[in-house]
Amino acid sequence: MKFLFHFGRYLNMLRQSFQRPEKQSIYFRQIMVEMENLGLASVGIVAIISVFMGAVLSIQMAFNIDTPLIPSYTIGYVTRQSVELEFAPTIISLILAGKVGSRIASELGTMRVTEQIDALEIMGINPATFLILPKIVASMIINPFLIMMSMLLAVVGGWLAGIFTGLFPSAEYIYGIQSFFHMYDIFYAITKTVVFAFLIASISAYCGFYTKGGALEVGEASTNGVVYSSIAIIFMNLILTQILLA
Amino acid sequence: MIEGINISKTFGDRLVLENVSVRMEKGQTNLIIGQSGMGKTVLLKCLVGLLEADHGQVFYDGRAFSKMSFNEMKVIRQEIGMLFQGGALFDSLNVEENVIFPLTMFTKQTPQQKLERANFCLSRVNLGNVNKMYPSELSGGMKKRVAIARAISMNPRYLFCDEPNSGLDPQTAHLIDELIKEITLEYNMTTVVVTHDMNSVLEIGEKIYFLYNGKLWWEGNKNNILQTDNPELQEFVFTSELTKKLKPEKG
Repeated sequence: MKFLFHFGRYLNMLRQSFQRPEKQSIYFRQIMVEMENLGLASVGIVAIISVFMGAVLSIQMAFNIDTPLIPSYTIGYVTRQSVELEFAPTIISLILAGKVGSRIASELGTMRVTEQIDALEIMGINPATFLILPKIVASMIINPFLIMMSMLLAVVGGWLAGIFTGLFPSAEYIYGIQSFFHMYDIFYAITKTVVFAFLIASISAYCGFYTKGGALEVGEASTNGVVYSSIAIIFMNLILTQILLA
Repeated sequence: MIEGINISKTFGDRLVLENVSVRMEKGQTNLIIGQSGMGKTVLLKCLVGLLEADHGQVFYDGRAFSKMSFNEMKVIRQEIGMLFQGGALFDSLNVEENVIFPLTMFTKQTPQQKLERANFCLSRVNLGNVNKMYPSELSGGMKKRVAIARAISMNPRYLFCDEPNSGLDPQTAHLIDELIKEITLEYNMTTVVVTHDMNSVLEIGEKIYFLYNGKLWWEGNKNNILQTDNPELQEFVFTSELTKKLKPEKG
């Protein structure tokens, strides 16, 4: 029953959020601001994680396929495929759920408990449209770029690992990452990313938007935002993989 | 004029307001008073539409507010200014941007016109040289004054104030009271103030509603509140040593 209540309220919040904005120029500016806050501010963490993720993947691959029967370019190929299909869209989205999700939930939660959301409503502004819509749109626009950057850096990370450890030849790795490339895999990854971005922004916003109480509840909303959006990502990952790769 | 008729509100099993009817007069400072937890803020939020009453209706100059859709309410809400207990200034905007915000959302004024209006409103609340400061850099009293400046920036017909003096020193509290009174007269607004501060009651209470256990227990004005024989109101009014001295002698 509780799940149905929250799910219904979540859908209602989305319905309110996707109403016509009061002044479109303001919303466009808000989207730009959110793209900076939610996307550009995450470039650093995404870059660091991606490079190390790619490096670790390629090293593990090198240790695990230490047999002359499998060509060493497989390391590059498998690293690219793993990063492209799963690690970049899903793992980075989970990390963004932690970083961006907690930010959205705590920001909206604080605005709720300090009556800033009420103040917007009193002015005749739809607070859901004004506060939530730009966050959802901004995340859905900027996250695919972050994920593509992550893919690139992870592959570079794998290559750097090969150079520094000497576990596999650089030329073989480069040949591997160019082999059997399918454009559809990128489409699959971007589709997942856009759906995950929507889930992160909307679920975290829901947790923050309906916060009641004080500082303790804002912290709780922030944690819930991260937990629920992470669960939704993992669940949706399974569904999307079935739909897009079946 | 704002009219609330037979307003009732429950939270779960708890009845917070029971058939409360009030009539907030235009050009006057109308006060809702009572002890904490008696339903003052709930009544204010029902009047302003932040809470939906279970029963009863609210009229703004004859317009049935409680039956309106969100879009219809928007029109009336642009005529409302509200001062929240904590100010409710937007943290991400500086003072000037906070005051300009409603103008940006609802008018087609040029940036210069908006700035002039913001400066006028800020000077009206006796605030200078704070335009570029953020809410976190302001004192409690300054926040409230900025919030008043924001509330009057659109020339509202209705002004709501939720405990405007809470957490303020007596001098600043007096200043805020005076400001509310002056602005009400200046703009001929219908002003509704929720308070439990007796100084405010005696200074600006042109029309007073006393709530007790969610019911309208007494109504009157600052001139007859001291003569009341209502025991609950007497208990509320003559609590401090200072107000006890104002208690009229029997006979």
